[in-house]
Amino acid sequence: MNEMKKIKLMLVTLMMIFSLGTTAQKFTLEKSIVKFYSAATIENIEATNTKTVSIFNATTAEVAFLIPIKEFEFEKQLMKEHFNEKYLETEKYPKATFQGKFSDFVAKEGEQQVMAQGKLTIHGVTKEIEAPGTILMIGNIVTAKAKFKIKLEDYKIKIPQLLWQNIPEEVEVTVEFIYKPQ
Amino acid sequence: MKLSLIFSILLVCCMFAKAQDDLLGDLEKLEPPSKQLTTSTFKGTRLVNGQSVETKHKGELEFIFAHRFGRINDGIYELFGLDQAYVRIGLEYGITDKLGIGIGRNSVDKTMDGFVRYKILQQSSGSKAMPFTITAFGNMAIRTSPRKEDATFDITLEDRISYTGQLLIARKFSPKLSLQLMPTIIHKNTVDQTIENNDQFAVGVGGRIKVSKSVALTSEYYYRFDAPAGNLYYNPLGFGVDIETGGHVFQLVLTNTRGLTERAFISETEGDFFAGDLHLGFNVTRTFQFKGVRK
Repeated sequence: MNEMKKIKLMLVTLMMIFSLGTTAQKFTLEKSIVKFYSAATIENIEATNTKTVSIFNATTAEVAFLIPIKEFEFEKQLMKEHFNEKYLETEKYPKATFQGKFSDFVAKEGEQQVMAQGKLTIHGVTKEIEAPGTILMIGNIVTAKAKFKIKLEDYKIKIPQLLWQNIPEEVEVTVEFIYKPQ
Repeated sequence: MKLSLIFSILLVCCMFAKAQDDLLGDLEKLEPPSKQLTTSTFKGTRLVNGQSVETKHKGELEFIFAHRFGRINDGIYELFGLDQAYVRIGLEYGITDKLGIGIGRNSVDKTMDGFVRYKILQQSSGSKAMPFTITAFGNMAIRTSPRKEDATFDITLEDRISYTGQLLIARKFSPKLSLQLMPTIIHKNTVDQTIENNDQFAVGVGGRIKVSKSVALTSEYYYRFDAPAGNLYYNPLGFGVDIETGGHVFQLVLTNTRGLTERAFISETEGDFFAGDLHLGFNVTRTFQFKGVRK
């Protein structure tokens, strides 16, 4: 009888530990900035998007985000129109998504280097990517930053070959996400 | 005892499995249901000869240079119309994303025109979707030809003026296909009432099919109601190719009209399309961004 009680107690404790590990620690976005930049011969192209949604699971280090393409704001309206209409075909592919994880991530206070690994989908094309970044945890606020380059042809983003070209073939993407517990 | 241990392990595993679930799926739920405005129904503010629902964005200035050659069936002496030219030079400015104003000068009858364009509704998808874009267009045009001393009657400024009111109703059915309907009224202060009415009602239909990201085919037709017997004018029909590069839109057109103000091409088209009275022409626009640059 005594032994059975012991085992029961052990089991309960075990379950509690596991359940603690699994339930907590999902984070959603408080604020986000996704930027891309490309230097071109005629004019540099820069756009900012603050409408990303994302979930980060600090227990498993998994992360996913979804960027509504039409929310990229450009310096010139005409650029935005061409970006959506000609290059990203936004009506067909309204979202860019990422699903993967921050490898090497440990839930601890302070800053750490991580590698974001996973599947990035843009313009309907999914690619495995790896991008170095940093994660800063202060209290229950998590800030994730990453910078990486995207080759347009990898995502079948075609540049119309007419007269002169305004858009180079590689763009630099900067991501800054500020998470709070869900 | 063993049974309950296995059971507990299973339970723990289940919980792990739950934590590993599809984050992207969760995201779709987080994403707020948003209204997506449909943009780029047409490439330019002109469909072929007439207006499209498109307005300039706030702070954008569009310079439009439109040009119609003479009739192709004038033959080799006129080099198939290329020796002649009818020109309209115009400017349009976006006061807001919905409201635009413009002016222009057309060499046909030496006409000055001024217009206002306002986007009343914009097509959208998502929550509270709107099926159409509707733009109201109104203009006033003054014919400065003939000169007072050349006129056959005592012509006043009022006699020279005409007005146009249009509702432009368009729907982008897919990224490739957009169609537009244009109920129109043209009022001319002074006409020869044996062949024309002061008020000319018309309805236009037009559309575009995109053949590549930068090239689209367009066409446009206006039907005039109640044209008096003895009226020698024809309904205007036009076909075009839109080519877009950066801030430019080139529109190459083939049409039976040489006029580029509503009065001239809707109510006073002299060519019979099917008799071969065709004019080649082009509209070239260049957009400059002045104000409202977003950072």
